Amino acid sequence: MTDTVSSLDLSGTPRRRTFGDRLFKATAAGFAFLVLAILAAVILTLADGALPALREFGIGFVATEEWDPVLDEFGALAPIYGTLITSVIAMLVGIPVAFGIAVFITELCPTWLKRPIGVLIELLAAIPSIIYGIWGLFVLAPFLQRHVQPFLIDTVGTIPGIGALFRGPPLGIGIFTAGIILGIMVLPFIASITRDVFETVPPILKESAYGLGATTWEVVRSVVVPYTRVGIVGGVMLGLGRALGETMAVTFVVGNAHRIDTSLFAPGTTISAALANEFTEAVGDLYLSSLIALGFILFLITFAVLSLAKLMLLRLQQRAGT
Amino acid sequence: MSPLYWRRRATNAVVMTLALGATALGLVWLVLVLWTLVANGVAAITPSLFVESTPPPGSSGGLANAIYGSIVMTAAATLIGAPVGILAGTYLAEYGAGSRIAPVIRFVNDILLSAPSIIIGLFVYEVMVLKMGHFSAWAGATALAIIVVPVVVRTTEDMLNLVPTALREAAAALGAPKWRVIVFIAYRAAMQGMLTGVMLAFARIAGETAPLLFTALNNQFFSTDMNAPMANLPVVIFQFAMSPYVDWQSLAWGGALLITVAILILNIAARLFAAWGSFGR
Repeated sequence: MTDTVSSLDLSGTPRRRTFGDRLFKATAAGFAFLVLAILAAVILTLADGALPALREFGIGFVATEEWDPVLDEFGALAPIYGTLITSVIAMLVGIPVAFGIAVFITELCPTWLKRPIGVLIELLAAIPSIIYGIWGLFVLAPFLQRHVQPFLIDTVGTIPGIGALFRGPPLGIGIFTAGIILGIMVLPFIASITRDVFETVPPILKESAYGLGATTWEVVRSVVVPYTRVGIVGGVMLGLGRALGETMAVTFVVGNAHRIDTSLFAPGTTISAALANEFTEAVGDLYLSSLIALGFILFLITFAVLSLAKLMLLRLQQRAGT
Repeated sequence: MSPLYWRRRATNAVVMTLALGATALGLVWLVLVLWTLVANGVAAITPSLFVESTPPPGSSGGLANAIYGSIVMTAAATLIGAPVGILAGTYLAEYGAGSRIAPVIRFVNDILLSAPSIIIGLFVYEVMVLKMGHFSAWAGATALAIIVVPVVVRTTEDMLNLVPTALREAAAALGAPKWRVIVFIAYRAAMQGMLTGVMLAFARIAGETAPLLFTALNNQFFSTDMNAPMANLPVVIFQFAMSPYVDWQSLAWGGALLITVAILILNIAARLFAAWGSFGR
């Protein structure tokens, strides 16, 4: 910035000035409204595309498991179930690890190491989902099949009740593996938001607790977490939003079977995997419309989850006054 | 010392070890994924990878058409999406204060930022592919551009908000109209951060697969026609990795290594670029 301001021609005649101002503001506003228009267009287009299927099957569309392109019978229950259950597994895997990382970075890590570790975790988020997919298919699925799933089947699988979730042959690919992959993928998102949220805690609060003789864990549990609760939940919901809509990684390992099995090791499908697999091959208007209806349902679910996440993060932000 | 003291110390030690373990686990995953890519992909990185097009199963070939397609569509999407995002972000940062619609736009933008990319693909399929009657590289670029916009809006707004108000006021005091203040003062001060945002957006879409599945589709041959289906790395990796052919899988690994290295370098470069000149501040 060697030029001084005076070297720039900033002035203009008053008339040109107001015209330029109006033009610039109108252009900027126009593009800002485009963002709104995109969202509106997405909703309307998907709703329009989904209409034939929803009209044909009515509310039964979301309540039946049948998915038969030959007989033109379509129900969304299996993909919806798969989407929700893989996301739940992802959260069970992702949240504790992400929380641990955030605690480590904000409370334990020496200052010089904070940035490098933060960047490495962000790089984990930058790896495209297709890479997680190919890695999941060729590395993680065989590993789980050989070492983890037989173990779970022999131990947890024998317990009545909950054991039903861990029975059947260890196939490697299936709902369980998809959930684990998703957990690894959403982990960096949750970790970086939780870290940012933890850093909004005023140092004086933490220092007072330390001054009273609290251990690091006690400070985290009694000061940091209560102060940032809303933000943590917001970060988790944002991760959940990602997990629900994640496509490629799941498509590789979920098994793509339109059925609901009590066992988590069985192959299943998710909304996004069904779309990725079947959309270009779908023949017939009703088939295509049913797939679009699936997409519409996915959009509604993620929209609700993301909105809630955003509102919670906003609340924390307002309290922090930033 | 009382037992309570020791119990508190022990709990703390256990939890902090777990936190350390969690961090190690996160980093191990990064190393594991990268190691798998290098171990499987490095054999496929040969000169022919860059000059030959995707082969039919059973014969040798490369990924030249996919590499070209990926670069062209990613670049086109960035060129379309970045200006839109920059202007929309400018509106939020410079005209948003006191406006009622600005918080709504900000909210919607954040939703779009995390919206499933496959939905964007579905949308573009409906409005472009169906209307035009065929898959095309333009449709792919449009889908990617829609993903670029929210990323750039967000970074542009954040970066413009960091520009000190005093700087704007000084320019305004010299008689500069607002648009000139924004273009010549605020943009200049925020340029570095805004460009970083564009680079990160570029890196983000370079690996996107889902929105291209129903828009650009794939093409086995080298094509420069933006109105026809175009090969691209992510979709080729998807198709080849899922295939039963060993030589296709090997190419998929090569492509995966290539795209990951490119994206990681872009990410690191963007961060270095953002930090460049800001040391000692």
